[in-house]
Amino acid sequence: MNIEIEELAKEFGTTRALHPVSLPIPSGALVALLGPSGSGKTTLLRILGGLEFPTSGRVLFGGQDATGLSVQERRAGFVFQSYALFKHMTVFENIAYGLRARPRKERPPEAEIGRRVQRLLDLIQLPDIGARYPNQLSGGQRQRVALARALAIEPRMLLLDEPFGALDAKVRKELRQGLREIHDRTGLTTVFVTHDQEEAMELADLVVVMSMGRIEQVGKPADIRARPATDFVRDFTAA
Amino acid sequence: MPDITLSRPVPVTTEAPLIRGLLIGVALIFVALFLFAPLVTVFVEALRQGWVAALDALRLPDALAAIRMTLTIAAIAVPINAAFGIAAAWAITKFDFPSKAFLITLIDLPFSVSPVVAGLMLVLLFGANSTLGGWLIANDMPIVFAFPGILLATLFVTFPFVARELIPVMIEQGRAEEEAALTLGASGWRIFFTVTLPNIRWALLYGVLLCNARAMGEFGAVAVVSGKIRGETATMPTMVEMFYNEYLSVAAFTLAAVLAMLALLTLLLKSLLEWRHADLLAATRRH
Repeated sequence: MNIEIEELAKEFGTTRALHPVSLPIPSGALVALLGPSGSGKTTLLRILGGLEFPTSGRVLFGGQDATGLSVQERRAGFVFQSYALFKHMTVFENIAYGLRARPRKERPPEAEIGRRVQRLLDLIQLPDIGARYPNQLSGGQRQRVALARALAIEPRMLLLDEPFGALDAKVRKELRQGLREIHDRTGLTTVFVTHDQEEAMELADLVVVMSMGRIEQVGKPADIRARPATDFVRDFTAA
Repeated sequence: MPDITLSRPVPVTTEAPLIRGLLIGVALIFVALFLFAPLVTVFVEALRQGWVAALDALRLPDALAAIRMTLTIAAIAVPINAAFGIAAAWAITKFDFPSKAFLITLIDLPFSVSPVVAGLMLVLLFGANSTLGGWLIANDMPIVFAFPGILLATLFVTFPFVARELIPVMIEQGRAEEEAALTLGASGWRIFFTVTLPNIRWALLYGVLLCNARAMGEFGAVAVVSGKIRGETATMPTMVEMFYNEYLSVAAFTLAAVLAMLALLTLLLKSLLEWRHADLLAATRRH
Protein backbone atom coordinates (compact mmCIF):
# COMPACT_ATOMS: atom_id res chain seq x y z
CA MET A 1 0.00 0.00 0.00
CA ASN A 2 1.43 3.37 -0.95
CA ILE A 3 1.51 6.26 1.51
CA GLU A 4 1.18 9.93 0.62
CA ILE A 5 2.33 12.59 3.08
CA GLU A 6 1.01 16.01 2.09
CA GLU A 7 2.20 19.24 3.75
CA LEU A 8 2.28 17.61 7.17
CA ALA A 9 3.19 19.89 10.08
CA LYS A 10 3.30 19.35 13.83
CA GLU A 11 3.70 21.84 16.65
CA PHE A 12 4.13 21.02 20.32
CA GLY A 13 3.08 24.23 22.04
CA THR A 14 5.32 26.83 20.47
CA THR A 15 8.00 24.48 19.15
CA ARG A 16 7.74 23.22 15.60
CA ALA A 17 8.62 19.55 15.44
CA LEU A 18 7.74 19.32 11.77
CA HIS A 19 7.66 22.08 9.18
CA PRO A 20 5.24 21.22 6.43
CA VAL A 21 6.75 18.14 4.80
CA SER A 22 5.57 16.15 1.78
CA LEU A 23 6.69 12.70 0.83
CA PRO A 24 5.33 9.96 -1.41
CA ILE A 25 6.16 6.42 -0.32
CA PRO A 26 5.67 3.79 -3.02
CA SER A 27 3.91 0.55 -2.18
CA GLY A 28 6.18 -2.17 -0.85
CA ALA A 29 9.16 0.14 -0.31
CA LEU A 30 11.57 -0.14 2.59
CA VAL A 31 12.12 3.45 3.67
CA ALA A 32 14.54 4.91 6.21
CA LEU A 33 13.85 8.20 7.96
CA LEU A 34 17.40 9.28 8.73
CA GLY A 35 18.44 12.21 10.88
CA PRO A 36 19.93 13.34 14.17
CA SER A 37 17.79 13.50 17.30
CA GLY A 38 15.32 16.37 17.16
CA SER A 39 15.04 16.17 13.39
CA GLY A 40 11.36 15.24 13.52
CA LYS A 41 11.75 11.72 12.18
CA THR A 42 10.08 9.99 15.13
CA THR A 43 7.28 12.57 15.13
CA LEU A 44 6.63 11.82 11.46
CA LEU A 45 6.58 8.08 12.15
CA ARG A 46 4.19 8.49 15.08
CA ILE A 47 1.85 10.60 12.96
CA LEU A 48 1.81 7.81 10.36
CA GLY A 49 0.94 5.32 13.10
CA GLY A 50 -1.77 7.58 14.53
CA LEU A 51 -0.03 8.07 17.88
CA GLU A 52 0.23 11.82 17.24
CA PHE A 53 -2.07 13.99 15.23
CA PRO A 54 -0.66 16.59 12.83
CA THR A 55 -1.31 20.30 13.32
CA SER A 56 -2.00 20.56 9.60
CA GLY A 57 -1.63 18.52 6.44
CA ARG A 58 -2.89 15.13 5.28
CA VAL A 59 -1.86 11.51 5.19
CA LEU A 60 -3.21 9.19 2.50
CA PHE A 61 -3.07 5.40 2.71
CA GLY A 62 -3.61 3.77 -0.67
CA GLY A 63 -5.20 6.96 -1.96
CA GLN A 64 -7.66 7.21 0.97
CA ASP A 65 -7.46 10.08 3.44
CA ALA A 66 -6.28 8.54 6.72
CA THR A 67 -5.50 11.74 8.65
CA GLY A 68 -8.42 11.40 11.03
CA LEU A 69 -8.29 7.61 11.47
CA SER A 70 -7.74 6.36 15.01
CA VAL A 71 -4.70 4.25 15.85
CA GLN A 72 -6.79 1.08 15.88
CA GLU A 73 -8.38 1.80 12.50
CA ARG A 74 -5.02 2.36 10.81
CA ARG A 75 -3.83 -1.22 11.26
CA ALA A 76 -0.19 -0.16 11.23
CA GLY A 77 2.25 -2.63 12.75
CA PHE A 78 4.39 -0.55 15.10
CA VAL A 79 7.69 -1.60 16.67
CA PHE A 80 8.69 0.69 19.53
CA GLN A 81 12.18 1.85 20.37
CA SER A 82 12.38 -0.16 23.59
CA TYR A 83 9.95 -2.73 22.09
CA ALA A 84 7.26 -2.13 24.73
CA LEU A 85 6.58 -5.85 25.13
CA PHE A 86 3.95 -6.65 27.76
CA LYS A 87 6.13 -7.64 30.70
CA HIS A 88 3.51 -9.73 32.46
CA MET A 89 2.62 -11.85 29.42
CA THR A 90 4.48 -14.70 27.78
CA VAL A 91 5.88 -14.30 24.28
CA PHE A 92 2.92 -16.30 22.98
CA GLU A 93 0.40 -14.01 24.68
CA ASN A 94 2.27 -10.94 23.47
CA ILE A 95 2.04 -12.04 19.86
CA ALA A 96 -1.55 -13.21 20.21
CA TYR A 97 -2.63 -9.90 21.83
CA GLY A 98 -3.66 -8.16 18.62
CA LEU A 99 -5.71 -11.14 17.45
CA ARG A 100 -7.49 -11.53 20.79
CA ALA A 101 -8.23 -7.79 20.87
CA ARG A 102 -10.34 -8.04 17.73
CA PRO A 103 -14.11 -7.76 17.96
CA ARG A 104 -15.70 -11.15 18.57
CA LYS A 105 -16.94 -11.55 15.00
CA GLU A 106 -13.50 -11.08 13.47
CA ARG A 107 -11.57 -12.95 16.14
CA PRO A 108 -10.04 -16.19 14.94
CA PRO A 109 -10.77 -19.31 17.04
CA GLU A 110 -8.18 -20.20 19.69
CA ALA A 111 -6.68 -23.04 17.61
CA GLU A 112 -6.21 -20.69 14.68
CA ILE A 113 -4.57 -18.08 16.95
CA GLY A 114 -2.18 -20.78 18.15
CA ARG A 115 -1.28 -21.73 14.57
CA ARG A 116 -0.72 -18.13 13.53
CA VAL A 117 1.47 -17.34 16.53
CA GLN A 118 3.57 -20.42 15.81
CA ARG A 119 3.94 -19.37 12.16
CA LEU A 120 5.18 -15.96 13.28
CA LEU A 121 7.59 -17.52 15.77
CA ASP A 122 8.94 -19.62 12.89
CA LEU A 123 9.20 -16.51 10.73
CA ILE A 124 11.40 -14.74 13.29
CA GLN A 125 13.36 -17.98 13.71
CA LEU A 126 12.60 -18.38 17.39
CA PRO A 127 10.15 -21.28 17.27
CA ASP A 128 10.55 -22.45 20.88
CA ILE A 129 10.28 -19.32 23.02
CA GLY A 130 6.48 -19.03 23.22
CA ALA A 131 6.30 -19.83 26.93
CA ARG A 132 9.00 -17.38 28.05
CA TYR A 133 8.55 -13.92 29.54
CA PRO A 134 10.14 -10.87 27.87
CA ASN A 135 12.71 -10.38 30.63
CA GLN A 136 14.01 -13.88 29.94
CA LEU A 137 14.97 -12.88 26.38
CA SER A 138 18.04 -11.19 24.93
CA GLY A 139 17.74 -7.75 23.33
CA GLY A 140 17.79 -9.19 19.84
CA GLN A 141 15.11 -11.75 20.69
CA ARG A 142 12.90 -9.04 22.16
CA GLN A 143 13.18 -6.99 19.01
CA ARG A 144 12.13 -9.96 16.90
CA VAL A 145 9.20 -10.75 19.20
CA ALA A 146 8.08 -7.12 18.91
CA LEU A 147 8.24 -7.50 15.14
CA ALA A 148 6.19 -10.71 15.25
CA ARG A 149 3.62 -9.04 17.51
CA ALA A 150 3.29 -6.16 15.04
CA LEU A 151 2.94 -8.58 12.12
CA ALA A 152 0.26 -10.63 13.87
CA ILE A 153 -2.46 -8.06 13.22
CA GLU A 154 -1.92 -8.47 9.45
CA PRO A 155 -0.91 -4.82 9.21
CA ARG A 156 -1.22 -2.63 6.16
CA MET A 157 2.26 -1.23 6.77
CA LEU A 158 5.15 -1.67 9.18
CA LEU A 159 6.52 1.24 11.20
CA LEU A 160 9.68 0.84 13.29
CA ASP A 161 11.15 3.41 15.69
CA GLU A 162 14.93 2.92 15.99
CA PRO A 163 14.49 -0.86 15.75
CA PHE A 164 18.20 -1.55 16.23
CA GLY A 165 18.97 1.25 18.66
CA ALA A 166 19.41 -0.81 21.81
CA LEU A 167 21.50 -3.63 20.34
CA ASP A 168 25.21 -4.31 20.06
CA ALA A 169 26.95 -4.10 16.69
CA LYS A 170 26.99 -7.82 15.89
CA VAL A 171 23.31 -8.44 16.65
CA ARG A 172 22.48 -5.26 14.78
CA LYS A 173 23.96 -6.61 11.55
CA GLU A 174 22.11 -9.92 11.87
CA LEU A 175 18.78 -8.29 12.57
CA ARG A 176 19.20 -5.85 9.71
CA GLN A 177 19.34 -8.86 7.43
CA GLY A 178 16.36 -10.33 9.30
CA LEU A 179 14.24 -7.23 8.73
CA ARG A 180 15.19 -7.16 5.05
CA GLU A 181 14.08 -10.78 4.66
CA ILE A 182 10.81 -10.26 6.49
CA HIS A 183 10.12 -7.17 4.41
CA ASP A 184 10.79 -9.03 1.18
CA ARG A 185 8.63 -11.98 2.22
CA THR A 186 5.64 -9.96 3.38
CA GLY A 187 5.94 -7.20 0.78
CA LEU A 188 4.73 -4.67 3.37
CA THR A 189 5.46 -1.00 2.95
CA THR A 190 7.97 -0.46 5.74
CA VAL A 191 9.19 2.78 7.31
CA PHE A 192 11.90 2.79 9.95
CA VAL A 193 13.53 5.59 11.89
CA THR A 194 17.27 5.64 12.47
CA HIS A 195 20.09 8.03 13.28
CA ASP A 196 22.69 5.63 11.88
CA GLN A 197 23.49 6.54 8.28
CA GLU A 198 25.25 3.24 7.62
CA GLU A 199 22.13 1.35 8.68
CA ALA A 200 19.88 3.50 6.49
CA MET A 201 22.15 3.26 3.46
CA GLU A 202 22.63 -0.48 3.74
CA LEU A 203 19.06 -1.51 4.45
CA ALA A 204 16.67 0.92 2.79
CA ASP A 205 15.45 1.23 -0.79
CA LEU A 206 14.70 4.87 -0.18
CA VAL A 207 16.39 7.16 2.33
CA VAL A 208 14.72 10.31 3.65
CA VAL A 209 17.29 12.60 5.27
CA MET A 210 15.74 14.93 7.85
CA SER A 211 17.03 17.83 9.92
CA MET A 212 15.31 20.36 12.20
CA GLY A 213 11.82 19.22 11.20
CA ARG A 214 12.49 19.45 7.47
CA ILE A 215 13.17 16.89 4.76
CA GLU A 216 16.61 17.65 3.32
CA GLN A 217 16.73 15.02 0.61
CA VAL A 218 14.90 11.90 -0.58
CA GLY A 219 16.61 9.34 -2.74
CA LYS A 220 18.19 5.97 -3.27
CA PRO A 221 21.19 5.40 -0.98
CA ALA A 222 23.66 5.53 -3.86
CA ASP A 223 22.20 8.79 -5.21
CA ILE A 224 22.37 10.45 -1.82
CA ARG A 225 25.99 9.41 -1.43
CA ALA A 226 26.87 10.54 -4.93
CA ARG A 227 24.88 13.75 -5.05
CA PRO A 228 24.08 15.17 -1.59
CA ALA A 229 21.60 18.01 -2.00
CA THR A 230 22.80 20.14 0.90
CA ASP A 231 25.85 20.60 3.12
CA PHE A 232 23.95 18.99 5.95
CA VAL A 233 23.29 15.83 3.95
CA ARG A 234 26.93 15.64 2.88
CA ASP A 235 28.22 16.04 6.44
CA PHE A 236 25.69 13.67 7.97
CA THR A 237 26.09 10.85 5.44
CA ALA A 238 29.87 11.18 5.34
CA ALA A 239 30.24 10.14 8.95
CA MET B 1 57.32 -9.15 41.63
CA PRO B 2 56.75 -8.38 45.27
CA ASP B 3 54.15 -10.50 46.89
CA ILE B 4 50.98 -8.45 47.35
CA THR B 5 48.39 -9.77 49.72
CA LEU B 6 45.05 -9.62 47.90
CA SER B 7 43.12 -11.82 50.25
CA ARG B 8 41.08 -9.27 52.15
CA PRO B 9 38.60 -11.49 53.94
CA VAL B 10 35.60 -9.14 53.62
CA PRO B 11 34.29 -7.03 50.75
CA VAL B 12 35.57 -3.46 50.70
CA THR B 13 32.12 -2.03 51.27
CA THR B 14 31.74 -3.80 54.62
CA GLU B 15 32.31 -1.92 57.89
CA ALA B 16 34.44 -3.19 60.73
CA PRO B 17 32.68 -5.83 62.89
CA LEU B 18 32.38 -3.47 65.85
CA ILE B 19 30.65 -0.75 63.83
CA ARG B 20 28.43 -3.31 62.12
CA GLY B 21 27.32 -4.73 65.46
CA LEU B 22 26.73 -1.25 66.82
CA LEU B 23 24.60 -0.17 63.86
CA ILE B 24 22.52 -3.35 63.87
CA GLY B 25 22.13 -3.08 67.62
CA VAL B 26 20.89 0.51 67.44
CA ALA B 27 18.40 -0.43 64.74
CA LEU B 28 17.13 -3.39 66.74
CA ILE B 29 16.78 -1.37 69.94
CA PHE B 30 14.90 1.32 68.04
CA VAL B 31 12.50 -1.21 66.51
CA ALA B 32 11.96 -2.92 69.87
CA LEU B 33 11.41 0.33 71.74
CA PHE B 34 9.26 2.24 69.30
CA LEU B 35 7.43 -0.41 67.30
CA PHE B 36 7.30 -3.65 69.19
CA ALA B 37 6.93 -2.51 72.80
CA PRO B 38 3.82 -0.35 72.26
CA LEU B 39 2.14 -3.15 70.33
CA VAL B 40 2.87 -5.67 73.06
CA THR B 41 1.66 -3.23 75.72
CA VAL B 42 -1.72 -2.97 74.03
CA PHE B 43 -2.20 -6.72 74.14
CA VAL B 44 -0.85 -7.04 77.70
CA GLU B 45 -3.22 -4.34 78.96
CA ALA B 46 -6.15 -5.91 77.12
CA LEU B 47 -5.51 -9.28 78.78
CA ARG B 48 -4.70 -7.85 82.25
CA GLN B 49 -7.87 -9.33 83.73
CA GLY B 50 -7.79 -12.46 81.61
CA TRP B 51 -9.35 -13.65 78.36
CA VAL B 52 -12.87 -13.74 79.73
CA ALA B 53 -12.88 -10.09 80.74
CA ALA B 54 -11.43 -9.09 77.39
CA LEU B 55 -14.04 -11.05 75.44
CA ASP B 56 -16.80 -9.67 77.67
CA ALA B 57 -15.60 -6.16 76.85
CA LEU B 58 -15.92 -6.93 73.16
CA ARG B 59 -19.52 -8.05 73.70
CA LEU B 60 -20.52 -4.64 75.01
CA PRO B 61 -23.16 -3.24 72.62
CA ASP B 62 -21.15 -0.02 72.21
CA ALA B 63 -18.01 -1.95 71.27
CA LEU B 64 -19.91 -4.12 68.79
CA ALA B 65 -21.55 -1.11 67.20
CA ALA B 66 -18.17 0.63 66.88
CA ILE B 67 -16.61 -2.42 65.21
CA ARG B 68 -19.53 -2.66 62.83
CA MET B 69 -19.29 1.05 62.02
CA THR B 70 -15.54 0.95 61.32
CA LEU B 71 -15.77 -2.12 59.10
CA THR B 72 -18.70 -0.65 57.15
CA ILE B 73 -16.90 2.67 56.63
CA ALA B 74 -13.74 0.91 55.44
CA ALA B 75 -15.72 -1.41 53.16
CA ILE B 76 -17.26 1.59 51.41
CA ALA B 77 -14.41 4.11 51.53
CA VAL B 78 -11.60 1.85 50.34
CA PRO B 79 -13.19 0.74 47.03
CA ILE B 80 -14.30 4.30 46.26
CA ASN B 81 -10.83 5.70 46.89
CA ALA B 82 -9.21 2.85 44.98
CA ALA B 83 -11.36 3.66 41.94
CA PHE B 84 -10.77 7.40 42.14
CA GLY B 85 -7.09 6.92 42.96
CA ILE B 86 -6.62 4.82 39.83
CA ALA B 87 -8.53 7.37 37.77
CA ALA B 88 -6.43 10.26 39.10
CA ALA B 89 -3.12 8.45 38.64
CA TRP B 90 -4.15 7.36 35.15
CA ALA B 91 -5.08 10.89 34.14
CA ILE B 92 -1.91 12.40 35.58
CA THR B 93 0.55 9.91 34.16
CA LYS B 94 -0.91 9.01 30.78
CA PHE B 95 -2.21 12.37 29.56
CA ASP B 96 -0.94 15.90 29.25
CA PHE B 97 -3.29 18.67 30.22
CA PRO B 98 -3.03 22.15 31.71
CA SER B 99 -3.02 22.57 35.50
CA LYS B 100 -1.69 19.06 36.01
CA ALA B 101 0.67 20.24 38.75
CA PHE B 102 -2.28 21.84 40.52
CA LEU B 103 -4.19 18.56 40.47
CA ILE B 104 -1.20 16.75 42.00
CA THR B 105 -1.06 19.35 44.77
CA LEU B 106 -4.77 18.94 45.33
CA ILE B 107 -4.39 15.18 45.71
CA ASP B 108 -1.76 15.80 48.40
CA LEU B 109 -3.97 18.25 50.26
CA PRO B 110 -5.41 15.69 52.71
CA PHE B 111 -1.84 14.79 53.73
CA SER B 112 -0.96 18.37 54.58
CA VAL B 113 -4.22 19.39 56.22
CA SER B 114 -4.65 18.26 59.82
CA PRO B 115 -7.48 15.71 60.05
CA VAL B 116 -9.16 17.83 62.74
CA VAL B 117 -9.27 20.75 60.32
CA ALA B 118 -10.72 18.45 57.67
CA GLY B 119 -13.43 17.41 60.12
CA LEU B 120 -14.16 21.04 61.00
CA MET B 121 -14.46 21.93 57.31
CA LEU B 122 -17.16 19.30 56.94
CA VAL B 123 -18.97 20.56 60.04
CA LEU B 124 -18.89 24.12 58.72
CA LEU B 125 -20.04 23.01 55.28
CA PHE B 126 -22.77 20.56 56.25
CA GLY B 127 -23.51 21.45 59.88
CA ALA B 128 -26.83 22.79 61.17
CA ASN B 129 -25.53 26.39 61.03
CA SER B 130 -24.85 26.37 57.30
CA THR B 131 -27.52 26.90 54.65
CA LEU B 132 -26.75 23.65 52.93
CA GLY B 133 -26.59 21.74 56.22
CA GLY B 134 -29.85 23.27 57.44
CA TRP B 135 -31.62 22.26 54.25
CA LEU B 136 -30.22 18.72 54.42
CA ILE B 137 -31.30 18.34 58.05
CA ALA B 138 -34.76 19.75 57.26
CA ASN B 139 -35.08 17.15 54.52
CA ASP B 140 -34.03 14.37 56.87
CA MET B 141 -30.60 13.85 55.33
CA PRO B 142 -28.20 14.85 58.08
CA ILE B 143 -24.53 14.64 57.17
CA VAL B 144 -22.78 15.84 60.29
CA PHE B 145 -23.09 13.66 63.41
CA ALA B 146 -24.30 10.87 61.13
CA PHE B 147 -22.99 8.09 58.90
CA PRO B 148 -22.50 10.19 55.71
CA GLY B 149 -20.29 12.65 57.60
CA ILE B 150 -18.02 9.89 58.90
CA LEU B 151 -17.81 8.44 55.40
CA LEU B 152 -16.96 11.84 53.86
CA ALA B 153 -14.31 12.51 56.50
CA THR B 154 -12.75 9.09 55.93
CA LEU B 155 -12.86 9.52 52.15
CA PHE B 156 -11.15 12.89 52.44
CA VAL B 157 -8.40 11.75 54.76
CA THR B 158 -7.63 8.53 52.89
CA PHE B 159 -7.88 9.89 49.34
CA PRO B 160 -4.15 10.30 48.55
CA PHE B 161 -2.98 6.80 49.48
CA VAL B 162 -3.84 4.90 46.30
CA ALA B 163 -3.02 7.74 43.90
CA ARG B 164 0.28 8.51 45.66
CA GLU B 165 1.34 4.88 45.47
CA LEU B 166 0.40 4.54 41.79
CA ILE B 167 1.74 7.79 40.30
CA PRO B 168 5.49 7.06 40.57
CA VAL B 169 5.04 3.49 39.33
CA MET B 170 2.98 4.62 36.36
CA ILE B 171 5.41 7.43 35.52
CA GLU B 172 8.27 4.96 35.56
CA GLN B 173 6.40 2.60 33.23
CA GLY B 174 5.59 5.32 30.74
CA ARG B 175 3.03 5.02 27.98
CA ALA B 176 4.84 2.69 25.61
CA GLU B 177 2.95 -0.50 26.51
CA GLU B 178 -0.40 1.26 26.26
CA GLU B 179 0.60 2.71 22.91
CA ALA B 180 1.68 -0.72 21.74
CA ALA B 181 -1.71 -2.14 22.74
CA LEU B 182 -3.41 0.70 20.85
CA THR B 183 -1.50 -0.06 17.66
CA LEU B 184 -2.56 -3.69 18.06
CA GLY B 185 -6.17 -2.57 17.92
CA ALA B 186 -7.20 -2.84 21.58
CA SER B 187 -9.94 -0.60 22.97
CA GLY B 188 -9.40 1.69 25.96
CA TRP B 189 -11.08 -0.64 28.45
CA ARG B 190 -9.25 -3.64 27.13
CA ILE B 191 -5.93 -1.82 27.45
CA PHE B 192 -6.78 -0.84 31.00
CA PHE B 193 -7.67 -4.36 32.10
CA THR B 194 -5.05 -6.31 30.17
CA VAL B 195 -2.06 -3.94 30.23
CA THR B 196 -2.33 -1.08 32.72
CA LEU B 197 -3.94 -2.90 35.64
CA PRO B 198 -1.62 -5.94 35.60
CA ASN B 199 1.37 -3.58 35.54
CA ILE B 200 0.23 -1.62 38.58
CA ARG B 201 -1.40 -4.38 40.62
CA TRP B 202 1.28 -4.57 43.33
CA ALA B 203 1.42 -0.82 43.79
CA LEU B 204 -2.37 -0.83 43.84
CA LEU B 205 -2.40 -3.52 46.51
CA TYR B 206 0.00 -1.49 48.69
CA GLY B 207 -2.09 1.61 48.18
CA VAL B 208 -5.32 -0.19 49.06
CA LEU B 209 -3.78 -1.72 52.20
CA LEU B 210 -2.45 1.65 53.39
CA CYS B 211 -5.77 3.25 52.56
CA ASN B 212 -7.61 0.54 54.47
CA ALA B 213 -5.36 0.85 57.51
CA ARG B 214 -5.93 4.59 57.65
CA ALA B 215 -9.66 4.27 56.98
CA MET B 216 -10.05 1.98 60.00
CA GLY B 217 -7.66 3.96 62.17
CA GLU B 218 -8.68 7.54 61.41
CA PHE B 219 -9.42 9.45 64.59
CA GLY B 220 -9.21 13.25 64.27
CA ALA B 221 -11.52 14.01 61.39
CA VAL B 222 -14.03 11.36 62.41
CA ALA B 223 -14.05 12.50 66.03
CA VAL B 224 -15.06 16.02 64.99
CA VAL B 225 -17.65 15.03 62.40
CA SER B 226 -19.25 12.07 64.13
CA GLY B 227 -20.02 13.73 67.47
CA LYS B 228 -19.01 10.37 68.96
CA ILE B 229 -22.54 9.23 69.74
CA ARG B 230 -22.27 5.82 71.42
CA GLY B 231 -23.79 2.96 69.51
CA GLU B 232 -24.62 5.27 66.63
CA THR B 233 -21.68 7.19 65.23
CA ALA B 234 -18.76 5.96 67.31
CA THR B 235 -16.04 4.17 65.35
CA MET B 236 -13.42 1.89 66.87
CA PRO B 237 -10.77 4.60 67.42
CA THR B 238 -13.25 7.09 68.93
CA MET B 239 -14.79 4.34 71.08
CA VAL B 240 -11.31 3.39 72.36
CA GLU B 241 -10.84 6.97 73.51
CA MET B 242 -14.24 7.07 75.21
CA PHE B 243 -13.66 3.78 77.04
CA TYR B 244 -10.24 5.01 78.12
CA ASN B 245 -11.57 8.32 79.42
CA GLU B 246 -14.09 6.39 81.48
CA TYR B 247 -11.31 4.31 83.03
CA LEU B 248 -12.64 1.16 81.33
CA SER B 249 -9.09 0.28 80.45
CA VAL B 250 -9.73 -3.40 79.66
CA ALA B 251 -12.45 -2.46 77.20
CA ALA B 252 -10.32 0.32 75.73
CA PHE B 253 -7.27 -1.85 75.26
CA THR B 254 -9.24 -4.84 74.00
CA LEU B 255 -10.84 -2.73 71.29
CA ALA B 256 -7.42 -1.23 70.53
CA ALA B 257 -6.02 -4.75 70.29
CA VAL B 258 -8.72 -5.72 67.80
CA LEU B 259 -7.83 -2.66 65.75
CA ALA B 260 -4.16 -3.62 65.89
CA MET B 261 -5.01 -7.16 64.85
CA LEU B 262 -6.96 -5.91 61.85
CA ALA B 263 -3.83 -3.97 60.84
CA LEU B 264 -1.62 -7.01 61.35
CA LEU B 265 -4.07 -9.07 59.33
CA THR B 266 -3.77 -6.75 56.34
CA LEU B 267 0.01 -6.93 56.55
CA LEU B 268 -0.17 -10.71 56.75
CA LEU B 269 -2.44 -10.77 53.72
CA LYS B 270 0.03 -8.66 51.79
CA SER B 271 2.98 -10.89 52.66
CA LEU B 272 0.95 -13.97 51.78
CA LEU B 273 0.06 -12.60 48.35
CA GLU B 274 3.67 -11.64 47.70
CA TRP B 275 4.85 -15.07 48.73
CA ARG B 276 2.33 -16.89 46.57
CA HIS B 277 3.09 -14.81 43.50
CA ALA B 278 6.84 -14.65 44.01
CA ASP B 279 7.56 -16.11 40.54
CA LEU B 280 5.41 -13.60 38.77
CA LEU B 281 6.85 -10.78 40.86
CA ALA B 282 10.34 -11.82 39.87
CA ALA B 283 9.32 -12.14 36.24
CA THR B 284 7.80 -8.69 36.09
CA ARG B 285 10.22 -7.12 38.57
CA ARG B 286 7.68 -5.08 40.47
CA HIS B 287 7.99 -4.48 44.17
